[in-house]
Amino acid sequence: MSAAPPVDRAHALHLLHEMLRIRRFEEKSAELYTEAKIRGFLHLYIGEEAIAVGAMQVLKPEDNLVATYREHGHALARGISARAVMAEMYGKSEGCSRGRGGSMHIFSRAHRFFGGNAIVAGGLPLAAGLALADKLLGRAAITACFFGEGAVAEGAFHEALNLAALWRLPVLFLCENNLYAMGTALERSESETDLCKKACSYRVPAAHVDGMDVLAVEAAIREAATAVRAGNGPHFLELHTYRFRAHSMFDAQLYRSREEVEAWRKRGPIETFGPRLREWGLLDDARLAELEAAVSAEVADAVAFAEAGTWEPASDLLRDVHTEKAP
Amino acid sequence: MSGEVITYREAVRAALADALRRDPRVFLMGEDVARYGGTYGVTKGLREEFGEERIRDTPLAEGGFVGTGIGAAIGGARPIVEIMSVNFSMLALDQIVNSAATLRHMSGGQISVPLVVRMGSGAGAQLAAQHSHSLEVWYAHVPGIKVLAPATIADARGMLWTALEDPDPVIIFEHVGLYNLKGELPADAGAVEIDRAAVRRAGQDVTLVTYGGSLPKVLAAAEALAAAGISAEVIDLRTLRPLDDATIFASVRKTHRAVLVDEGWRTCGLAAELSARLMETCLYELEAPVARVCTKEVPIPYPHHLEQAALPQVEDIVAAARRTRGE
Repeated sequence: MSAAPPVDRAHALHLLHEMLRIRRFEEKSAELYTEAKIRGFLHLYIGEEAIAVGAMQVLKPEDNLVATYREHGHALARGISARAVMAEMYGKSEGCSRGRGGSMHIFSRAHRFFGGNAIVAGGLPLAAGLALADKLLGRAAITACFFGEGAVAEGAFHEALNLAALWRLPVLFLCENNLYAMGTALERSESETDLCKKACSYRVPAAHVDGMDVLAVEAAIREAATAVRAGNGPHFLELHTYRFRAHSMFDAQLYRSREEVEAWRKRGPIETFGPRLREWGLLDDARLAELEAAVSAEVADAVAFAEAGTWEPASDLLRDVHTEKAP
Repeated sequence: MSGEVITYREAVRAALADALRRDPRVFLMGEDVARYGGTYGVTKGLREEFGEERIRDTPLAEGGFVGTGIGAAIGGARPIVEIMSVNFSMLALDQIVNSAATLRHMSGGQISVPLVVRMGSGAGAQLAAQHSHSLEVWYAHVPGIKVLAPATIADARGMLWTALEDPDPVIIFEHVGLYNLKGELPADAGAVEIDRAAVRRAGQDVTLVTYGGSLPKVLAAAEALAAAGISAEVIDLRTLRPLDDATIFASVRKTHRAVLVDEGWRTCGLAAELSARLMETCLYELEAPVARVCTKEVPIPYPHHLEQAALPQVEDIVAAARRTRGE
């Protein structure tokens, strides 16, 4: 053993387990997509797992979450069951949004998980509003808002950061910078590629974080969340990460090289965390096999649940366009 | 019951103050609503009574603060968001159409958005082509939101509370030409239902259907028609979505003639929708083609004479009614 572990064994294994859950769940999702079990758009989070997993160690049940259309990982890490997420992707009525949203629109009020928003940057003002409601109603919760670096080009990003800073709203802005907005590289779409500077221009404290290192993510988010909880207004973290898979299943990836993807893969959150745990003496082959088996069983169970799910009757199509009036 | 004579502006202000007093979750935000007192003076004095936490001036960021209102509504507050003009609301269209209107259905019924948006609309004050339009139908097109257009003192006073009690998003259009309208407010005035259109004048010979700022013109036209021996029934739609078909159809089945008066443009407008509904349901009871009196298909110009030439006028309504009678 070359170094003392900086992390408790049970917690370390929990982090690895959570990242593996997302990775294997999504690998299965990609397979199911090719079988046309899952349709529409499917945006995989593979490569970025450390961010959602790190964040969820810090967030409390009363906190709000707002995410994007690349949100399976956040949903699973937040505690929405793999069954409910998979059934949602199948479009079955047992899905967490009753099958109406699909991959891009996962909601769970019970988990205070407010999307699943597929308008880039559209979730940022919602997050500011959730935080405003907490502030006005005297609740101690904070709101975590996940978005990609592509959102930074949208007006909604700037409007939401300004409002949150101006009104000192308890929002944690978590920018998952995977370098590409679909196929457009950051340096081809932003005149200033240091995104923290944009947050700083609104007087929002900001920091760069290695989004491939789950421990670094957790530590940085814990520190920022503590400041937000203390009533110091919003914080911004730019989490540097990389999407290993295509943007969606329709993407031929003409905009980046195989070498670049391979280089990032070597830095992958699971790819690097496993060896570190072994180095610290916290993981061996047997324990890893146990984790993989548990994950594999959970994913298989989710698929079986989704397969057995039911279609919402077409006669219910118009239900919940508006709240049904009490009879 | 006799009450006091007040303006439409004062009626809206009274409704706002009443809502703020009744429910501590209610707050108002928008551009210049607090210190300035509202661009049309509607919110004057509210900041002094309710403070700046509940009467909030926003930056000029319509998408941002409407989105924040949506988030706050989801979070349990009861926001009233003022947008200065329907033309500016185009900057918030994304949030209203993609989030407020969709969240309930898309989340399988989990997420309600009890948001009220108020905005000024309409022409007549020589504010030219970026402050004067009537785009109510853009919103009335969208499932998931309700659209109100108070045209009377009682509705200006009474619709807001009903809208706030609605669990879904409601947009209230206040025609800026009505703010100085005076009328008697009954001493016991309060919340009004928003499910039905109102017959503002009973008649036998022709049905004139309108809403919002055109109501005074239509009532004047009915008066002129009466002087010529034609008994016109005047229907004020009040709610533009969902439309109260029953009241319109009942009137047209009685008069067999319909003139639709809409300050919006004619092409793909509200009058077109009403006309189609009459054709679908009342065709064989019509004794003349349905007539439309709409704004000319032009951006509203600045000079008084051109602005008035663009808008529906009393004589246009009278002429259209006469044409349905073969005159």
